[in-house]
Amino acid sequence: MAVIEAGSIGAPAVRSPGYWSSVGRRLTRDPVAMAAFAIVLIITLAAVFAPEIAPADPFRGSMVHRLKPIRTPLYPLGSDELGRDMLSRLVYGGRLSLFLGVTPVILGFIGGSLIGILVGYAGGWVNTIVMRTIDIFFAFPSVLLAIALSGALGAGIFNSIVSLTIVFIPQIARIAEAVTTQTRNRDFVEAARISGAGPLTIVRVHILGNVLGPIFVYSTSLVSVSMILASGLSFLGLGVKPPLPEWGLMLNTLRTAIYSQPFVAALPGAMIFLTSISFNLFSDGLRTAMEIRQ
Amino acid sequence: MAVGVSIVCFLLAHIAPGDPLTAIMPIDATAEQQAQMRAAYGFDRPLPIQYGIWLWKVLHGDLGNSIATGRPVVSEVTKAVGNSLILAAVATLIGFGLGTFFGFVAGYFRGGLLDRLASVVSILGVSVPNYWLGMVMVIVFSALLGWLPSTGAGPGGSTEWRPDLDHLRYMILPALTMSAIPMGIIARTVRALVADILSQDFVQALRAKGMRELAVFKHVVRNAAPTALAVMGLQLGYLLGGSILIETVFAWPGTGFLLNTAIFQRDLPLLQGTILVLALFFVTLNLIVDVLQSAIDPRIQRG
Repeated sequence: MAVIEAGSIGAPAVRSPGYWSSVGRRLTRDPVAMAAFAIVLIITLAAVFAPEIAPADPFRGSMVHRLKPIRTPLYPLGSDELGRDMLSRLVYGGRLSLFLGVTPVILGFIGGSLIGILVGYAGGWVNTIVMRTIDIFFAFPSVLLAIALSGALGAGIFNSIVSLTIVFIPQIARIAEAVTTQTRNRDFVEAARISGAGPLTIVRVHILGNVLGPIFVYSTSLVSVSMILASGLSFLGLGVKPPLPEWGLMLNTLRTAIYSQPFVAALPGAMIFLTSISFNLFSDGLRTAMEIRQ
Repeated sequence: MAVGVSIVCFLLAHIAPGDPLTAIMPIDATAEQQAQMRAAYGFDRPLPIQYGIWLWKVLHGDLGNSIATGRPVVSEVTKAVGNSLILAAVATLIGFGLGTFFGFVAGYFRGGLLDRLASVVSILGVSVPNYWLGMVMVIVFSALLGWLPSTGAGPGGSTEWRPDLDHLRYMILPALTMSAIPMGIIARTVRALVADILSQDFVQALRAKGMRELAVFKHVVRNAAPTALAVMGLQLGYLLGGSILIETVFAWPGTGFLLNTAIFQRDLPLLQGTILVLALFFVTLNLIVDVLQSAIDPRIQRG
């Protein structure tokens, strides 16, 4: 790395800020993205520190205090159909809902990038075969595929993560393949190849740095979808099993209370909505800050 | 493509833990009886051969019998598809109409109050969990206001849709709920398209030579149509696929409801058949969109 001493040339060298620091600056100047980030952060922290924050045990019910309205003493957000404190269950519910929503995207990001970058770099018939196979998954709308897979695999946290990961891998792989193919045909990659760099070096030094950004931004936009789908699976009874607190499942069991305590019944869904929209707005801000066109 | 879809649908029944017969097998069945049953249903043969036999039957319109009810899957699915399609069609009309409208307004008046309003509506539409929106609809219009019925397809538990006023009332809430997401996505797409087209040189040229705004608008529509159509085609498919959650909320007797039943009774032939029909529908839809696209814009080639 060539370091030019500021004094040695005469004119003071102006160090241009790096790409990531300018992305960070643009992001912090975007009020909507920062507000969204703050909400995500608060919900995440509340979920992580649930035992400290939640006022009551999320599992302990009370037959006398079933379906209390919002702002009942001791039940600030009311109680559910088994008399459990809603606020505590919502705080604890964030743990599973966030975990189930984010994990498939992380796994999909790893799997999809791996497949997309390798195949995109390899090109040729390997590319054709893998990408055509991936196309098959696009014949299923993602909700349908997720429900079909977890319906066949059976209910459970693990199965719900597996099916959502299978839904996201093809989507991320397709983007990864497209950006890798684009980068591979750029002149600097050709120059590196001519100067004798091996495929591994080219991928590590020249490709990764250029493709991971766009793939990452695309993946963050999937978190919102993933949250909705994961809670949707639990809502159908395909994800988390009772009595565990999870927003989708809570929404399902509270459906019976729609007429007696409508506002309490709608609360878990409001949490899913708030989290999903915050992830969406943050991802939008990130895309603008990174100047990626979709 | 259709072959790939059929393979995935076929494999669905085989990624299930245990085998497809567990649901109907008596608990005290001996190993010998189990083997007999397996042989009777052909589950003892190698997978590719099972697939071949299954595909042969499917091509002849035989999707097998529902394990739970014993009735042919085909007849169950066709009845449900009809109900789903009616609901989807109405939701499509609402969602596409409003989405296109909001998108055009926002794209034309960029930065204005209307644009911001349309952008808010579209981001809300994209992020809302539709099953929750369905519940909120029921809470507002059914529980609090008492204007509309909350569940079912018609009075008296009617499972067949008829074009009369009573049945129409049952359709309003699910259709509105279903239209929210496509509306958001289409509004976003159309807004970006319109804004992009309006900033192009040819629009300025058209205006410079004195063309009236209405005629310019026609050019904008023509240029936005192919991409908008592609997005709409995809959305119609997602609408059908996503209907399972909404149909569950409203107990609408369509494919979503059928899938839900199939999943809970572990009725794998029914699951397989419903998914296959929906996926093939989606593939056909995409094909139609491709053809339409190249009809509107000759520069787009089918491939």
